[in-house]
Amino acid sequence: MENNEKKEKKEKVPRHKMPEQDPKVRIHNYNEVPIGYSEETAMKEAERCIQCKKPGCRTGCPVGVDIPAFVKLIAEGKFIEAAWKLKEDSALPAVCGRVCPQESQCEKFCILGKKDEPVAIGRLERFAADFERNSGQVKIPEITAKNGKKVAVVGAGPAGLTVAGDLIKLGYEVTIYEALHKPGGVLVYGIPEFRLPKSIVEAEINYLEKLGVKVVCNAVIGRLETIDELFAEGYDAVFLGVGAGAPVFMGIPGENLSGIYSANEYLTRSNLMKAYLFPEYDTPIVRGKNVAVIGGGNVAMDSVRTALRLGADNAYIIYRRSEVELPARAEEVHHAKEEGVQFKLLTNPVEYIGDANGWVTGIKCVEMELGEPDESGRRRPVEKKGSEFVIDVDTVVVSVGTNANPIIPMTTPGLETNKWGYIVADEETGKTSREGVYAGGDIVTGSATVILAMGAGKKAAASIHEYLSNK
Amino acid sequence: MTKILEKVDLSENVVKMVLDAPAIAKKRKAGQFIVLKIDEKGERIPLTTVDADPEKGTLTIIFQVVGKTTAKLATMKAGDELMDLQGPMGRPTHLEGVKNAVCVGGGVGVGVVYPIGAALKKQGAKVTSIIGARNKELLILEEEMKGISDNLIVTTDDGSYGIHGFVSDALKTLIESGEKIDEVFAIGPVPMMKAVAAVTKNYGIKTTVSLNSIMVDATGMCGACRVAVGGETKFACVDGPEFDGHAVDFDLLASRLRMYMTQEKESMDNYRCECHGK
Ligand SMILES: Cc1cc2nc3c(=O)[nH]c(=O)nc-3n(C[C@H](O)[C@H](O)[C@H](O)COP(=O)(O)OP(=O)(O)OC[C@H]3O[C@@H](n4cnc5c(N)ncnc54)[C@H](O)[C@@H]3O)c2cc1C
Ligand SMILES: Cc1cc2nc3c(=O)[nH]c(=O)nc-3n(C[C@H](O)[C@H](O)[C@H](O)COP(=O)(O)OP(=O)(O)OC[C@H]3O[C@@H](n4cnc5c(N)ncnc54)[C@H](O)[C@@H]3O)c2cc1C
Ligand code: SF4
Ligand code: SF4
Ligand code: FES
Repeated sequence: MENNEKKEKKEKVPRHKMPEQDPKVRIHNYNEVPIGYSEETAMKEAERCIQCKKPGCRTGCPVGVDIPAFVKLIAEGKFIEAAWKLKEDSALPAVCGRVCPQESQCEKFCILGKKDEPVAIGRLERFAADFERNSGQVKIPEITAKNGKKVAVVGAGPAGLTVAGDLIKLGYEVTIYEALHKPGGVLVYGIPEFRLPKSIVEAEINYLEKLGVKVVCNAVIGRLETIDELFAEGYDAVFLGVGAGAPVFMGIPGENLSGIYSANEYLTRSNLMKAYLFPEYDTPIVRGKNVAVIGGGNVAMDSVRTALRLGADNAYIIYRRSEVELPARAEEVHHAKEEGVQFKLLTNPVEYIGDANGWVTGIKCVEMELGEPDESGRRRPVEKKGSEFVIDVDTVVVSVGTNANPIIPMTTPGLETNKWGYIVADEETGKTSREGVYAGGDIVTGSATVILAMGAGKKAAASIHEYLSNK
Repeated sequence: MTKILEKVDLSENVVKMVLDAPAIAKKRKAGQFIVLKIDEKGERIPLTTVDADPEKGTLTIIFQVVGKTTAKLATMKAGDELMDLQGPMGRPTHLEGVKNAVCVGGGVGVGVVYPIGAALKKQGAKVTSIIGARNKELLILEEEMKGISDNLIVTTDDGSYGIHGFVSDALKTLIESGEKIDEVFAIGPVPMMKAVAAVTKNYGIKTTVSLNSIMVDATGMCGACRVAVGGETKFACVDGPEFDGHAVDFDLLASRLRMYMTQEKESMDNYRCECHGK
C-alpha cells in the first residue's frame, strides 16, 4: 500500500532530459554530444527510483549492478559512495553509463517504465563515475597479498580489462598483452570521441595500472609469442579477449576501389590515429564530400556521424531493410537524424563504379521490398526487379559486420573454433578446449556489447581463480 | 620505447638502422616486417625486418625516404628512441624445398630481398641475385648481396654501373641462358615486380612478390592493406605480405598506393617548412 502511494507520487516527476550539444554546433567538433547531468538534476532523477524490494532493473543488467543501492546514494548526495558501489560490480561504469544499450537492458525492466519512462540508470551511472574521476578521490581497493601465480591476458578490450582488474585484486600477477600501441580495444579504436571521450578510457587503464596490472602494448600474441610460449615462460593461465576485429566486405564488384573503407579502418584512422586532426597528426583520412555508409548498426551510425564531422556535405546510410529493422540504438539513429544524416532505406548496393584513377564515384544500388520473415523473424528484403539506380559518392564506408581475427587460432594448436572461426568457450566459465586457456567477449560471441564482454570477463576471472586455487 | 643503436646512410635517401628490439629479434623470420610509430602524433608505418641478431637482441631495418614519416625517421640518430615498435608481423617467406633460387631486388627492395636470399643460402640453396637501381649512387647492399649469392648480377637504369637496363631484362637473359630456376623472389617498386612477373609467367617459373600496400594496424583488423590475388581479396598484413606474382593485380595495388597522395604532399610540405623554420 505504502509502496504504491510512493509509486503514485514518484511517477508524476518525468524523467530528466540529458542536456546535449546543439546538432548544428556539434557536427563541427568531436566533443561529447550529451553534456551530463548536473548534481541537482542527478539527485532529482535518482529520487524517481522507488527502491523496489525486488528490483527488475538489476536482472536486466548483464553484470548485476546493485542499481537501487547506487541510485539511492546519488539521491542522498553521496556521489563518491555511489561510484564505489558501482565499482563493486562493474569495472568501467563511466564507459557503460555512456555506451550500454540501456533501453534493452537495465532500463527495460525498470518498474516505472510500465506506465511512464524508466529511471535514467545509464545517465546516473555516468554521473557518479564522472564525479569520482573528476574529484580525484579514486579509491584503490584493498588487494589480497600476492599469491605467486601469473596470468596473461591477451587483448586490452573490455573483456581483458575486466579479467585483469578482478584477478589483480585476488593477488595474481597479471600482464595484459595488447596488439596495438594503445590499450582499450574498441573503446579506443572504434567508438568515436564524441560518444566516449578517450580520456575516460585512459583513466580506467591508469587505475588498473595503479592496482599493479602490467600492460604491454605492441605485443601481437601469436606472432611475438605464442600461447604455448607464454605457458613456457611461467604463466599459469591465459585469457583470450582478442575481440571480433576482422572486417567483412560484401564481395561485390569494385569494392577495392580507392575511397572505400571498412568501418574498422575509417574509425581506427579517425579515433586511434586521430586523423581528424591531420595534418597535426600524421595519419591521413579521406574527407569525402558525399559519403555513403553501408549498414544500419551502431558501427554504421558512428561512421556516418564521423563523416559529417570530417566535413561531408551529404552523408548517407544505405540499409537494405526498413527503419524498424535498423539494428542501431534508437538514440543513435535519432542523433544521426538530428545531425542531418540521410537515410536511404530498403536500398542495397550491388556494384561500385570508379573513375580512371581507380577512385570510387558511384554506387549502383537496387531498391528492396520486405518479403516473408526469415529465421531471425525479420522480414527478408528482396530485390525489386529493374529498380537499379546510382548514388554519387566519393567515399564509402562498409559497415556490414565483423569476423573473427585468425592470428590466435592459426598459431595455437588444439584451440577449438567454430565454423565461423570464433573460439569455442563455455558460457559460464570461459573454458576453452585447452587446459588453462580461457576466452570471452566478442571473440567467443561474435560482435556484441561492452557490458557482455565485461560479464564474460568476470565469469572467466572467477573460473581462472577457481582453477588456479585448486592447482 | 625502442632505442636506435646505429644509423648508416646507404645512399642519398636510403638509411639503415639497427634497433634494440630483443623480443622481436628472437622471433623474426625472413619475409616478416615490423610496424613503427615515431612519436605520439606519428603514423604507423610498416618496414621489413632486414636482419636480426637474436644474441645481441638487435633488429635491422632499411628504408627509403619517400614522405614525412620516413623523412623524419632519417633525421633520427643513434641514441634516439622510437615510441612504438610492433612485430614481427606477416607470414614468414615459404622457403621449404627451394634449391635453385633467383632473388631480384629493385631500389630499396634489395633490402627486403636480402634476408630471403640469406635464409635460402643458409638452407643450402643455390642463390642467384639480380639487384638494380636507377643509378650507381642509389644502389645499396652490393657487398651484402655478394656475400649470400653464388652469382650476383647488377643493373642500373642509366647504365652508370653494371648492366645497362632493368632487373627484369637481366632476369630474362638469365632464364634464356638455360639457368635452372625453382623460384624467383622479386621485391621492389610495383612496376618492377609487375615486369618481373610478366617475364617469368612466360616460362612458367614460380614467382613470389612482397606487396607493400598501405597498412594501419597490420593485424588483420582494418582491411586497408587489401589486395586482389587471383581475383580474391586478401589482406596483405595477415595473408601475406608475399603472394604469387602471377596472380596479383598490380594495377589495383598501384592505384590504392596513390590514395593519399594529396595529404602525403601536404604533410611533407608542412614538415619541410617546420624543418626550415628551425
Ligand atoms: C564502432 C563500434 C561501436 C560500438 N558501440 C557500442 C556501444 O555503443 N555499446 C556497446 O555496448 N557496444 C558497442 N560496440 C561493441 C563493443 O565495443 C564490443 O562488443 C566490445 O568492445 C568487445 O570487447 P572485447 O574485449 O571482447 O574485444 P575488443 O574491444 O575488440 O578488444 C580486443 C583487443 O584485443 C586486441 N588483440 C586482438 N588480437 C590480439 C593478439 N593476437 N594479441 C594481442 N592483442 C590482440 C585488439 O587489438 C583489441 O585491443 C561497438 C563496436 C564498434 C566496433
Ligand atoms: C610489408 C611492408 C614492408 C615494407 N618494407 C619496407 C622497407 O623495408 N623499406 C622501405 O623503405 N619501405 C618499406 N615499405 C614501404 C613503407 O612502409 C613506406 O614507404 C612508408 O610507409 C612511407 O611513409 P611516409 O610517411 O614516409 O610516406 P608517405 O608520405 O606516407 O608516402 C609517400 C609515398 O609512399 C607511398 N606509400 C605510402 N604508404 C606506403 C606503404 N605502406 N607502402 C608503400 N608505399 C607507401 C605512397 O603511395 C606515396 O607515393 C614496406 C611496406 C609494407 C607494406
Ligand atoms: S552496466 Fe549497463 S546494463 Fe548494467 S546497470 Fe549499468 S548501464 Fe545498465
Ligand atoms: S526497477 Fe526502477 S524503480 Fe525499481 S529499483 Fe530499479 S531503477 Fe529503481
Ligand atoms: S593493415 Fe589493417 S588489416 Fe592489414
